Amino acid sequence: MMVSSIPDIISVILISLGAFSLFVGGVGIVRLPDFYTRSHAITKSDTLGIMLVLAGLAVYEGMNVNSFKLVVAIIFVAIANPTGTHALARAGFKYGLRPWPWPWFRRKKKKKVQL
Amino acid sequence: MHDFFVYISVILTIIIFIPLYRVVKGPTVFDRMLGAAAISSKTMVLICIIGVVYGRFDMFIDITLAYAILNFIAFIAVAKYINSLRNDGE
Repeated sequence: MMVSSIPDIISVILISLGAFSLFVGGVGIVRLPDFYTRSHAITKSDTLGIMLVLAGLAVYEGMNVNSFKLVVAIIFVAIANPTGTHALARAGFKYGLRPWPWPWFRRKKKKKVQL
Repeated sequence: MHDFFVYISVILTIIIFIPLYRVVKGPTVFDRMLGAAAISSKTMVLICIIGVVYGRFDMFIDITLAYAILNFIAFIAVAKYINSLRNDGE
């Protein structure tokens, strides 16, 4: 591959960091034991990864109308993605999902949560 | 630089298959919704990079913006719907 100029090198670094962050979010959603910890892992790393990849594409495009649209997409993702997961976690809490049983979240009785 | 975008799209396609495990094997419906949200937000990035590979980036960025807004509205709607239910096991 031909990586010659300075913006191409910056774009390659940003897109690689974003892909690594998305992979870390995937590992977190598979390995963690609870709904709240899974949402904690996946939302932050996904938002960071999307913002890094889109910023890398904006650096690759240069000063352009497409780059402006990419900046709008970055701002929208930074606002909307944590909002959606917060609404989902709040719905789960009001539905009655218990957190992962630490001693101060001791369960009273065996409670079945099914939907 | 074109080869780099092809490679990174292949890597993202492999990464998209990781939260599918949580969608298939989630204990509750909230875990499945979380996995679906992760898959859709990674798909948005993949659409953008495929637009760079095809050389029609001015068309694919509009698709990306519409896809992001559609994801957000869909997950807010499902969260509001689940929020209106009650847990009868109390």
